[in-house]
Amino acid sequence: MAEKKKLLEIKNLKQYFNQGKANEVKAIDNITFDIYKGEVMGLVGESGCGKSTTGRTIIRLYNATGGEVLYDGVNVHGKKSKKELKQFNRKMQMIFQDPYASLNPRLKIADVIAEGIDIHGLAKTKKDRMERVYHLLETVGLNREHANRYPHEFSGGQRQRIGIARALAVEPEFIIADEPISALDVSIQAQVVNLLKQLQKEKGLTYLFIAHDLSMVKYISDRIGVMYFGKMVELAPADELYRNPLHPYTQSLLSAIPVPDPISERTRKRKSYDPASHHYQENEPVEFWEVTPGHFVLCSEKEFKQYQTQIR
Amino acid sequence: MTTKENTISKDMFVPAHVDPAKSEKIAKKSLNFWQDSWLRVRKNKGAVICLVILVVLIIMAFVGPLLTPYSYDTQTTKYNNLPPRIQGLEDVHWLPFDGTLTRKDGTEYNAYEVRKVDAYYWFGTDNLGRDIFARLWKGTQVSLFIAFMAALVDMLIGVTYGAVSGYLGGRVDSIMQRIIEVIVGIPNLIIVVLMILVLKPGIIPIIVALTITGWTSMARVVRGQVLKFKNQEFVLAAKTLGASDLSIIFKHMIPNMFGIIIINTMFSIPNAIFFEAFLSFIGLGLQEPHASLGTLVNDGFKSMIAFPYQMIIPSIMIALIMVCFNLVADGLRDALDPKMRD
Amino acid sequence: MEKILQVKDLNISFHTFSGEVKAIRGVNFDLMKGETLAIVGESGSGKSVTTKAIMRLLPEHNSEIKSGEILFEGKDLAKLTDKQMQKIRGHDISMIFQDPMTSLNPTMKISNQIMEPLIKHQNMSKHAAKARAIDLLKLVGIPKPEIRVNQYPHQFSGGMRQRVVIAIALACNPKILIADEPTTALDVTIQAQILELMKDLQKKIDTSIIFITHDLGVVANVADRVAVMYGGKIVEIGTADEIFYNPQHPYTWGLISSMPDLETESEELYSIPGTPPDLLDPPKGDAFAPRNPYVMKIDLEQEPPFFKVSDTHYAATWLLHPNAPKVEPPEVVKRRQSQFPSIREGK
Repeated sequence: MAEKKKLLEIKNLKQYFNQGKANEVKAIDNITFDIYKGEVMGLVGESGCGKSTTGRTIIRLYNATGGEVLYDGVNVHGKKSKKELKQFNRKMQMIFQDPYASLNPRLKIADVIAEGIDIHGLAKTKKDRMERVYHLLETVGLNREHANRYPHEFSGGQRQRIGIARALAVEPEFIIADEPISALDVSIQAQVVNLLKQLQKEKGLTYLFIAHDLSMVKYISDRIGVMYFGKMVELAPADELYRNPLHPYTQSLLSAIPVPDPISERTRKRKSYDPASHHYQENEPVEFWEVTPGHFVLCSEKEFKQYQTQIR
Repeated sequence: MTTKENTISKDMFVPAHVDPAKSEKIAKKSLNFWQDSWLRVRKNKGAVICLVILVVLIIMAFVGPLLTPYSYDTQTTKYNNLPPRIQGLEDVHWLPFDGTLTRKDGTEYNAYEVRKVDAYYWFGTDNLGRDIFARLWKGTQVSLFIAFMAALVDMLIGVTYGAVSGYLGGRVDSIMQRIIEVIVGIPNLIIVVLMILVLKPGIIPIIVALTITGWTSMARVVRGQVLKFKNQEFVLAAKTLGASDLSIIFKHMIPNMFGIIIINTMFSIPNAIFFEAFLSFIGLGLQEPHASLGTLVNDGFKSMIAFPYQMIIPSIMIALIMVCFNLVADGLRDALDPKMRD
Repeated sequence: MEKILQVKDLNISFHTFSGEVKAIRGVNFDLMKGETLAIVGESGSGKSVTTKAIMRLLPEHNSEIKSGEILFEGKDLAKLTDKQMQKIRGHDISMIFQDPMTSLNPTMKISNQIMEPLIKHQNMSKHAAKARAIDLLKLVGIPKPEIRVNQYPHQFSGGMRQRVVIAIALACNPKILIADEPTTALDVTIQAQILELMKDLQKKIDTSIIFITHDLGVVANVADRVAVMYGGKIVEIGTADEIFYNPQHPYTWGLISSMPDLETESEELYSIPGTPPDLLDPPKGDAFAPRNPYVMKIDLEQEPPFFKVSDTHYAATWLLHPNAPKVEPPEVVKRRQSQFPSIREGK
């Protein structure tokens, strides 16, 4: 991993909603991780664990309560001039979850896709603009005739591909995919995942892939972070995480994924997770320990020692 | 469950070629929002009929006064209080266009013959001898103008105020909403009456009086919509692309509210007409010789027993306009409301 | 085994602004007593419409049962009056919906919502119904049911709410339970618990379950038999083992291979190209033909009938016709099919 370049460094990121009020929610509670150039970083967890908030905070849709997001060494948050912001907007893009809500129903597909082109002035002439739109449509497997239609005429999978084309229009380096397939049918999910993989290879993209479907995340990701109630509890290379899950929450999550295989389904044992099972002492420091190279777990020092012996 | 058909020839079982691009083809004709909405409105017969009636009424409001030889403000006191009389229809007795009136003792007489008037006032004349037909259309024209202007101003102020309030959110939103609450809290009628007293009755003051409180409901509706759209993914997507606030509001939010804005405006037009009529009726409306539907009803009301037609005709017109606008608005709501889409 | 429900040649259309949508085009299946039948398919395949038709919950103004019968205990549900149907709904057949957040009335206490069907269908006294409500909550694994029964839906978490929904559905010991994507809105760990619970309850009270889902993993977990729907038709039906280890229809092949299991390493996922058919204008011949990599001339001309694979296993694809050429299924399917003989023996 050492030879890989860090594209994004997330340091002690915090996102509290209703800060200081009685109903304060620690949506992201002090998480730290890096994303390397050219990799797919998966982020999994259950609803409300803060995985989507993490994505949205990284791309500045929310202002962070604390911590830093460094992109190529430059902090994304904090005061920025309009020009600097636009630069970030071009480098970082997002694909959204709900293909029915993520396209403006009143715009033609051509205008949906060309929005980024228009904002950043990437096309000099009208013809150039349309050429780019056609090219993007073809990149995501649609035809030029689709440019003049409205979003409601498309199926979910087609809309999601339009959303991908919109993100690609500004030629980003880094894409946050916020549950891009969870609203799609099984037969369509594979299409979208294949498209994302193929684009990554062709354009050298880096992804933050947020999802709750662990089997898809495992398939597409190089490394996976597991979140639980605003904290990252485990971070490891994808294979390693599936082979040696250390944190009990990760273990329970893995044991809960249904697999399309009746025989293993009949025999599987599910584990449940109870945060009290750690038996942490009061004031016992719980930190992100690196158990084996690249495999981090949120645990106390005692647990860390135990994990280390366990893994050998 | 099974059927075996061995009769099918073998050459049917050779691989066929299907163009993969074909399955991405969309069979339906491409319809934009307005075409789609029109298809839906068209299904609602009542709304379509009312729309036609409204169009006719609006045309007549401009053309009507030109159709009679009499002007709406020429007073011919000699010919005052004449009942309706229309050529060709005057011999049809069950129609009220034969120029007859009823005396207090119940006997009927033909006012035109008795007073030796050789003229046809289609809807009769008022107590100053002005042609009601001309006055009716002139009044409709003025009432519609006031209503449309009031609705338009309501819309402009309401949409802007609501959009700003909802989009900025936070403290600005709180303050702007409190202001609306204060305005709504003061009884409407008091504000309007005070406004008219200060500004002197006339078309513009009535419009001002109507809009000074009228925009609040639009502002609230638009604010609610903006709050809803603020977290929609297509708005977030525009933000991540670097779109400016103005373009988010005007390109992404407002076009998606067209339906609701139009419906709201359509419902506020009949309200404005009714309110204008009400103001005129209590004497705060337009002054002579100007006519609006409200003043016509008010004038007719004074001699309701003797000359009922003077009040009934403008009243029918108000009722017709109100019903038509409400039904069209209803039809539009069914057609434009995204929740009803399948 | 005893057939509790028979659906025969069901055809349902919706009348929309754009024209007639043939949502269900000749669906046949039987439901046995005590079994779980899973209906799998993507959105628009007609799986929800089929079950809504059984419950008679289709919108009256624009839907029409064109033909077919839904036989429950010898009665055709499609022809019952609304009054008669009300007696069956919630009593003999009950339903669990996808979203536990919206399928409970937020202004009513849990107790009243469970007691409602008991008082209505079984003429229980209020007191007895309350006691039964507490029993039911205990049955679906809600801790402290005596206290929880007096609470409102918003005081429950998503998983707990779905348990309450199940408790309501089970209140009158229904003979058939229809579960329409009951775990789709839930997290995986909660989903696992709910599935566990449903299997448990089925053993205890011996209901038949129709389980609608698009998640093959869930199907593998709960189903005895599986019906795969595509374009308003059942394209393959069989026992869970037959569908998962010996699938015959190319659509089933696609579904199974496009889901990566935790071992999938290959560079590209198998994916079914294209998009589902527009039922406003269903293609001539086999509705799946435009997306079928094994498409033959006949697929474009004629709809395939059901071909028998075994006594319990039928598939509607021309590939099973004796004249059809042998084709190679995708890698994943071949691997599964090679396991099938030993699985069949093992039974």
